[in-house]
Amino acid sequence: MAKVVKEPKAKKKSEKQKADSKKKVIAPEITPEVPKEEEKVAAKPESKIKELQAKRDRKTVIMQGNEAVSYGALDAGVNFFAGYPITPSTEIAEILAAELPKRGGVFVQMEDEIASICAITGASLAGAKSLTATSGPGFSLMQEGIGFAKITETPCVVVNVQRLGPSTGMPTSPAQGDIMQTRWGSHGDSPAIVLYPASVKESYELTIRAVNLSEKYRTCVVLLMDEVIGHMRESVTLPDLANVKVINRIKPTVPPHWYKHYDENQKYLSPLASFGEGYRFHVSGLTHDSHGFPTNKSTEAAEMMDRLRKKIVYNIRDLVQIESHEMDDAKIAIFAAGITARAAKAAIAMARYEGIKVGLLRPLTIWPFPDDAVRKMLRDKDIVIVPELNQGQLIREIRRLTKDKSESEVVAIQRANGQLISPQDILRKIKEVC
Amino acid sequence: MANIPQKVVHQYLRHDKKFPHVWCAGCSNGIVLGSFIRAIASMDVNRDDMIMVSGIGCSSRMPVYIDLNTMHTLHGRAIAYATGVKLHKPHMKVVVITGDGDCTAIGGNHLIHAARRNIDITVILVNNNIYGMTGGQCSPTTPHDAIATTSPYGNIEPDFDICKLAIGAGASFVARTTAFHVFEMQNYFQKAMEHPGFALIEVISACPVIYGRLNKKGGAPQMMKEFRDNSIPLTAVPKLPPEQVEGKIQRGILQEIVRPEYCAAYADLVKRVQESGGEQ
Repeated sequence: MAKVVKEPKAKKKSEKQKADSKKKVIAPEITPEVPKEEEKVAAKPESKIKELQAKRDRKTVIMQGNEAVSYGALDAGVNFFAGYPITPSTEIAEILAAELPKRGGVFVQMEDEIASICAITGASLAGAKSLTATSGPGFSLMQEGIGFAKITETPCVVVNVQRLGPSTGMPTSPAQGDIMQTRWGSHGDSPAIVLYPASVKESYELTIRAVNLSEKYRTCVVLLMDEVIGHMRESVTLPDLANVKVINRIKPTVPPHWYKHYDENQKYLSPLASFGEGYRFHVSGLTHDSHGFPTNKSTEAAEMMDRLRKKIVYNIRDLVQIESHEMDDAKIAIFAAGITARAAKAAIAMARYEGIKVGLLRPLTIWPFPDDAVRKMLRDKDIVIVPELNQGQLIREIRRLTKDKSESEVVAIQRANGQLISPQDILRKIKEVC
Repeated sequence: MANIPQKVVHQYLRHDKKFPHVWCAGCSNGIVLGSFIRAIASMDVNRDDMIMVSGIGCSSRMPVYIDLNTMHTLHGRAIAYATGVKLHKPHMKVVVITGDGDCTAIGGNHLIHAARRNIDITVILVNNNIYGMTGGQCSPTTPHDAIATTSPYGNIEPDFDICKLAIGAGASFVARTTAFHVFEMQNYFQKAMEHPGFALIEVISACPVIYGRLNKKGGAPQMMKEFRDNSIPLTAVPKLPPEQVEGKIQRGILQEIVRPEYCAAYADLVKRVQESGGEQ
């Protein structure tokens, strides 16, 4: 069995799930603990909205992935959205345009995606929890702004509902071609946190997690979606608002003249003041010192770059989530994310019916990459199949992590034509290699 | 003008931070910063509620030196960042400091849309007719026939009239002045910041080290003299014959109207939606 990285509070939940299925899903944001009153940012107390919210049946609903992202964002406390219409992510903007004003939040349709990422970064520095949603072409435009959010350590979330590229490509067809762009899209070294849901329910959960991680780690977190998950309708059981765990940024407690915008003494997770609170700090996209002022000293530049790297790599155990499905006795492993992993699960059921022992390792966090779990998989299993909707992105990472597996033992299934990889396609490949 | 003690600027500078500044000798940016500081000092605003946002360029280095909430953002995107700040904290005074290349070339789209929305942001546009920080390339405001490092045989493109552009896009306060007219500049800054809506002040400024040298304008004093002699107040324009107006810098308030401001309109929308319980 591959290693499962858990957050401690999720244990109860995952044990319960163990009972009804063999898989182990980790959904750490939905915990039984009731958070404090002020953590529920979503509604203004005296408005009718809370009533409406309570009336909404939160138990089981049928919704789209994009809807789930919108409600996940609202439940996580997002109160600022700036975006630009683009297929297949428009539903997120449309829902938030209707819902945010009800909650006293801000929705603004900007002039382009560049302006959108800039506006959410500005709003976040002024104290908002902010999010934007886009697809491939818009995501490419946002790269410079994402780099700015990362270097200035400003919390924000970008949802990228992927479509087939390059360029305009096929706007309504699924693809998984942005996996590497989410990691390496912005110029310079900028470590990334990227989450990848495989169902509508998970879209809701991972949106909350994305907002929480952005606040905790003070960085731009990307939620990478498949077009088909964004538009697929599934029945979802939403948790009560009281059970949604919301993380807010740490506020400084020191007097203004002691405040450091990037405090090196705080384990890389330093407090964050907002504009208008008396701290009067400086934020710059230039390489800066711990106060945020531009620097040309190589020692200070190295410190800043190290800080950006360490706050991700020192917290891998908190950031990485994987699902390990039927892996215990498997001889063949499939490594897939998003919608492709669901096809893989169906293929596994069919293969096991025929007596072939296959399992699935699915990353919920694709960046930082789950190196340890993948290394273990490569060690324990004879053959690894990597199906993906692109011309080979995840497989590069798998090959990076093995020295003793030959080309024929790490097998690719790649498709970039707007069609999904079906369970039959994967089953055929399983039979071919076993 | 309000009577302000001589050393008022020192109360607003971050002395202990990143001085000396990056600007060349003879640059107008320090004059603009001085006028800006005197304007906010005479306005008596709480500086915790004031933010200065800039993009990339010589003038965009200004936020480092002034003790306000400050942001030095991406090339051309200052207005977009400012829009985010202003919408989340509408009570804050948001000032964007930008240059001709930053605001009208790479950031032109954000300029016209902020003007269209009439969001309460004050844009101070320091127009030195050239890209100074990168060494003197031609910008959208480099005059026709002028020399720049990327137009070594003379610029064949016509230049932008920034004020007309802003008015056309819907800005509700637009003024033009030069770096020579420091008190006029201070006055316009104050008026613009007090104006409820999108305001733009174009400050024609001197870049003697690059633009002046390439175009044989002389040093900083000669360029300042040119601003003095070659500019006329807008009020004088109708009284003068056309041949005396042509080619002159026209200083003055070109637009001052009141129309619905974006943050106020959004607050109204929120109120309306909440009162109706979200019915569309």
